[in-house]
Amino acid sequence: MVARPRSSGTGGPRSHLLHRIMARPSGVIGLALTLFHVALALLAPLLSVHDVSLPNADTINLAPSWEHLMGTDSLGRDVFARVVHGGQLALMVTACAAAIAITWGGSVGMLLGVVGGRTDEIAMRFVDAMLSIPSLAFFLLMASVVGGGAWTIVPVLGFFYGVAVIRISRAATLQVAAQDFVMAAKARGERTGTIMRREVLPNVSSILLVEGAMQWSWMLLAFSSLSFLGYGATPPTPDWGLMIASERGLLAVAPWSVLWPCAALSTLIIGINLLADALGKALGVDRTREVPG
Amino acid sequence: MLQTIFQRLGLSVFTLGFVSVVVFFSVEALPGNICTAFLQRFAEGPRLERCIAEQGLETPAIQRYGQWVVSAVQGDFGTSLKQRREVADLLAERFRNTALLAGAAAAIGIPLALVLGFWAGLTRDRPSDLAISTIAMLAMTIPEFVTASVLIFVFAIVLNWVPAVTILPPSAPLVDLLPNIVLPVVVLAFLMTAHILRITRASVIEVMASDFIKMAQLKGVPERQIFWRHLAPSALIPVVNTIALTFAWLLGGVVVIEQVFNYPGIGNLMLRAIYDRDLPLVQAIVLTFALIYVVANLLADLAMVLLDPRIRSAQDRA
Repeated sequence: MVARPRSSGTGGPRSHLLHRIMARPSGVIGLALTLFHVALALLAPLLSVHDVSLPNADTINLAPSWEHLMGTDSLGRDVFARVVHGGQLALMVTACAAAIAITWGGSVGMLLGVVGGRTDEIAMRFVDAMLSIPSLAFFLLMASVVGGGAWTIVPVLGFFYGVAVIRISRAATLQVAAQDFVMAAKARGERTGTIMRREVLPNVSSILLVEGAMQWSWMLLAFSSLSFLGYGATPPTPDWGLMIASERGLLAVAPWSVLWPCAALSTLIIGINLLADALGKALGVDRTREVPG
Repeated sequence: MLQTIFQRLGLSVFTLGFVSVVVFFSVEALPGNICTAFLQRFAEGPRLERCIAEQGLETPAIQRYGQWVVSAVQGDFGTSLKQRREVADLLAERFRNTALLAGAAAAIGIPLALVLGFWAGLTRDRPSDLAISTIAMLAMTIPEFVTASVLIFVFAIVLNWVPAVTILPPSAPLVDLLPNIVLPVVVLAFLMTAHILRITRASVIEVMASDFIKMAQLKGVPERQIFWRHLAPSALIPVVNTIALTFAWLLGGVVVIEQVFNYPGIGNLMLRAIYDRDLPLVQAIVLTFALIYVVANLLADLAMVLLDPRIRSAQDRA
């Protein structure tokens, strides 16, 4: 359900939104963690003096010290440098994929909601069928077909999560489609595309925005899992999932090279998830009954 | 009611058919074929010819799809390219191990989720609810391999209570597998509990706000009776569906968890098959995952029909 921003005093709707996100502790934490990680990804080259990918035989598995704040890994690389760089790829890949998912899933969902009837019914059967494939199994199948690698995963992630967005977008459109102004537009003989853009989109955009933010956090989870399994980022790229996978055998010897990437990855996903949740509550979008997939 | 059941059954068959098309033809779409993918740079001469003949790749794709589906229905998924064994045998062995893992996680996770979900829902926005909901959110967002790595560090390395990874063959007897499943079960149960309790909580809150509960409270029905007679039956209806969905959704998680603990289950088999570029095996596993999802969903649908008088009567009227 879309709640219109209540106008209460000065400031545009955007500042109101920020205000309402910050009204909850979860919103403050989510926004802070997300901004922290985005800033870290952008400023990474300025923060670390050590090379992220060059192995160094003299500094293997060193404990944290002033020289190496988070210690060094099994190839003698500075863990701090790799951790601050580790979010760049994941953030870019998943942000692109989330944009694709929302765009295609959002438009197909709106189209089905507006067109309705038999087309809608049949298309939704296919959507439901598609959603019965576990996401990770699908990504792994695709990875084995087209080969792994971060950028080949973008369209795959975007496509698959977009299917889930179709349901959300269609359900939101159906709420709108029965209302007078959409009926009127249909009666005026407006084209379907125009109705979608002018009448439906403004009413479902906040739902899609919240969904996009949520999908972003699930995609980060999926992408880092793929990296962990060896089908996402490729070495020597500094990536948290990859770092955890390659160093976890030495957890007993050099736990810092596993636990720091764990902390970074968790805080980013938690941050985006909290932010999406707070955004949803601020915009009055109810998504308590949904299961991620 | 019978009509509903047949409808759901038909839908399940359709879903499996669609998934089989996706799984089969996404592999067909790749440049080259199963044999060139498998053999890589050795894909030439008699070796390639033998593989092509064995896999029957000379026949058109549509015909091969038909054969694949017909034999899959009969439980024959062909032979693994790499492991040179019947795919069905490999699957059966691994499936048992994964079922042990998932079953143990469900035995802990489902009751725990129901208790915590009802508790959180009934104490909405109070400290107990905030604590439970926060932990559930963390469980859902933190990747399985992070939770697993931290647990291995604490319980296997620092405290040395349990083995960190499984070093047993897939066909090891169940008794030998048991000490190895402690940590994977904890991770899986953690995840499962979080998903189910979230829906339980939301459902409890929704039902508590409904008129019939208010009515019961107003006319002075004892709390205990409201809980067991009015709240629980209604609030549990959406939960049944979620349990099925979560079960299926967790299959993805199983892949990661089995990899972390080197547990010889179906997810582990899938990763190995992908690593070996053993596409017939990969296809069979993805189809098995979809089959598990569809069966779980079907059972949940049937349970809903039995549990929810609204669905039954709506069908009878129609």
